[in-house]
Amino acid sequence: MVHETLAATNAVVTLDVAIPDVFWGWYVTMNMWAKSIGTGLVFMLFLLLRRNPEEMKGLRLSAMIVSFIMMNIFLLFTLADLHQPFRMWHIFFYPHWTSAITVGAWMASIFVALESLMIVVMLFKKDTVTYDKLLFWTTILAIPVTLYTAGIMAEATARELWQMPTEAAQMILAATLSGSAAIILLGGSKLSDDTKDFFGTILGLSALMAFIIYMSEYIFGAMKAEEVAAILHYVKGDGEYATMFWIGQWVAYILPMLLVALARVSKSSAILNLAAILAIVGLWVVKHVWLIIPQLLPLS
Amino acid sequence: MQLGFLVDLHLCMGCKGCEIACKVENEVPLSTWRLRVKYVDVGTYPETKRTFTPLRCNHCENAPCERICPVSALHYIENGIVNIDKERCIGCAGCVMACPYGAIYIDPETQTADKCTYCAHRIASSMMPACVVACPVEANIFGDLDDPTSNISRYIQDNRDVQVRKPEKGTNPHHYYVGASQVNLNPLASEREEGYNLFNNITKLPLGGHH
Repeated sequence: MVHETLAATNAVVTLDVAIPDVFWGWYVTMNMWAKSIGTGLVFMLFLLLRRNPEEMKGLRLSAMIVSFIMMNIFLLFTLADLHQPFRMWHIFFYPHWTSAITVGAWMASIFVALESLMIVVMLFKKDTVTYDKLLFWTTILAIPVTLYTAGIMAEATARELWQMPTEAAQMILAATLSGSAAIILLGGSKLSDDTKDFFGTILGLSALMAFIIYMSEYIFGAMKAEEVAAILHYVKGDGEYATMFWIGQWVAYILPMLLVALARVSKSSAILNLAAILAIVGLWVVKHVWLIIPQLLPLS
Repeated sequence: MQLGFLVDLHLCMGCKGCEIACKVENEVPLSTWRLRVKYVDVGTYPETKRTFTPLRCNHCENAPCERICPVSALHYIENGIVNIDKERCIGCAGCVMACPYGAIYIDPETQTADKCTYCAHRIASSMMPACVVACPVEANIFGDLDDPTSNISRYIQDNRDVQVRKPEKGTNPHHYYVGASQVNLNPLASEREEGYNLFNNITKLPLGGHH
């Protein structure tokens, strides 16, 4: 630990033209948020197919189209975030396989291709058998697609806050949280009360587990690594991102948990829908704060 | 051959000659630096002193930037230098996020990643890096770490306080410091107070990109 020496040394940086600015900003937040919804919807469709296939009728096409749109938003923001977007093709022609960015780009492209195929199958042939077979493989692929961003964060050696396997757990939970929220909203009256309860439970438990992980890092992270302690100062006390951090935690996790419990007791779809909306909105805020704060710490 | 750098901080006087030589040699654009000298003031008046630390790419043996680069724009060359192919770079900034030393920036003119290459183009012509040539006190020691008779190897043998920045990251930097303290090497060992910078009103170009 070195910051304890500050009182004695009174060391002050008087000249350092360190690299300014946040390099991965809200474009990357959009990327992660949209991908969570896109992959999460596929997970939920698969669960619905296994649990109650007759309720898939009105959702096969609509949910897949929404997932497809979200995946394209994810790809669009990924592309827009590049400083040389017209060189995106380099990833496919000069792939470097140690990079999670490369592996992710390939998997996400295959994933979107599979989704396109499923939409075509449903739209033009109404072939539910092929659709359901493809859904199995798309769901399998959705796991690494949703996880690979955690791999990128883990490879970002400079950012001590982003650790594996914590980020992997958060990515999966973000997908189950936003996926269940999205299908509750999309399903509406097409879903039975029992199925809504089921997805509500997934929503509530995802929120609870994600919240526990964030709180664990918030409270205990600083006890193991000095850099993490320094980064967490941005979300503690009067830290620059403290208010935004807590808004995210309340909107994405705490309120949805409470509302899901209330919806179960009162059997209210409206309250469940509110929980779903809050979870989707709050997830963006939570992801954004966690993305930005490690970039605020000087590296030199 | 594994080329490496060693800076003897006992000798460095913060003249920034290396910084300027690098800028000129590599045509580094405004608001960006391949090599920069950090000043940290230590102590309380009148018992104060100023420390100087030249900072550049560490050309790590286990380089996080090389690993995360999706298109191999950052790559090793045979002499151990981590070089960059700016024509291949897609500007994803993954390397910027990965480098624990903050040594990589996005060139505002080419919109691609850039950093110190130990003047690989000069080395290919059997010349020393520009910063080594410019240093008036020979504080920059450059040479082959695999050769036990090279200047840098002998310097490492003769000095017991050879250190690298952030060894806990496991990057195995090929850039060493002699005479460094935590204040020189650890960013958390000094405060950054608003209004106490020599260039308080320095104008910065929007290097973080277009958003």
